[in-house]
Amino acid sequence: MQFLRAESVSDVARCLAESPNAYVLAGGTDLLVQMGTRRIAPEMVIDIKHLPGIGEITQTENGFRIGAAVPGAKLGEDGALTSEWPGVTEAAQLIGSTQIQGRATMAGNLCNASPAADCVPALIAAGAEVEIAGPDGTRMAAVADIPTGPGKTTLAEGEFVTAILLPKRQPASGDAYLRFIPRTEMDIAVASAGAWLQTDADGTVTAARVALGAVAPTAYLVDGAGDLLVGTTLDDDTLKKLEAHCAASASPIDDKRGTVAFRIEVAGVLARRAAKIAYERAREAK
Amino acid sequence: MSGIVVSTTVNGDPQDFVCAPGETLLHALRDRLGLTGSKEGCGTGDCGACSVTLNGRLVCSCLVLAAEADGAEIGTIEGVAEAGKLHPLQEAFIEHAALQCGICTPGILVAAKSLLERNPDPTDEEVRYWLAGNLCRCTGYDKIIRAVQAAAAQMREETHGV
Repeated sequence: MQFLRAESVSDVARCLAESPNAYVLAGGTDLLVQMGTRRIAPEMVIDIKHLPGIGEITQTENGFRIGAAVPGAKLGEDGALTSEWPGVTEAAQLIGSTQIQGRATMAGNLCNASPAADCVPALIAAGAEVEIAGPDGTRMAAVADIPTGPGKTTLAEGEFVTAILLPKRQPASGDAYLRFIPRTEMDIAVASAGAWLQTDADGTVTAARVALGAVAPTAYLVDGAGDLLVGTTLDDDTLKKLEAHCAASASPIDDKRGTVAFRIEVAGVLARRAAKIAYERAREAK
Repeated sequence: MSGIVVSTTVNGDPQDFVCAPGETLLHALRDRLGLTGSKEGCGTGDCGACSVTLNGRLVCSCLVLAAEADGAEIGTIEGVAEAGKLHPLQEAFIEHAALQCGICTPGILVAAKSLLERNPDPTDEEVRYWLAGNLCRCTGYDKIIRAVQAAAAQMREETHGV
């Protein structure tokens, strides 16, 4: 195996394109586990942490640019980011222990493509995009379009994520993320939900998105869930409909952490509760 | 396979070593630098026995490649006691019998020190969440939490009391 400390984005793209068995290293909390348990045996590991700007959070006129190597702990320390996108930052910080937070990145969580990845439903609900570098330059894609199944993504050969972009927060909008795990920390989501919504001055929802995690091969935007909320003040009847609609959209598996029936039920409950928190945050934000 | 030359600062002292590309920082600390205080429990970032600080952040050294540490500042359990004097956390762990077999203790001390540097007056809940990634199979954690709180109180007194 070779280790490369990359100096430029084009270095990374070239090495990834030349060696089909090259892996990008950011926080390494998934990569080193897979190497240690011999699930993968990379020919090359490319450390991207020294690329310019990749470890920085910057506020732009369009929102936030979060470099692909920014660890969870740094997200939590950014007051502007945590106050504008509490759902996304809480989701990212639910991942692993303090030690894992010192290294793990949202971009890695996305590209590792676990169906239970905590920050992905929150990013999808937030309408986040990713900046992708590759042999042909840079392109943008919606977070929702990256994972295609467990461990699989739409990234082409030679491509890697350089940043996650969160839109500028709209007035009277809010986001939230909730997951179910059998203990209080250090576990993998059995089911999870992210919600984002915006209201008008009277508290009527004008736009909304709801995404689910751990109940399908990828985290996904729930078709039609946002439309159920638009035009309402999130009354109990609407929340019940949302819960049923989200539960009906789920297609989970049975495993040691939860049954199909349990995951479907909990996904609906979490969607309802996350939407409620997002609504309260939107109302507080004005 | 050629070795990689890595220049680091460990517990304030410059330390250079040569490592294999796939070698973990934990392996390099223990087997190249002879700093065997950091332990390997799980090797997958779950147990925290290998906790060190990397450029001031608490990490599992089993999930860091040694080659990544070039130019980095590393803090290990060997740097917690200074000039032969135990750290208040170490004193409190002895006083409160917060260890039995001791294999998790170096990682817990490094993690707890990192907490108290950020938050000198944590609640029990904050200590428990911060140390959630440090597994101890002997003590049941209660004595560990009490020892951390006792050390925190002692350190606050030393800072403000005189």
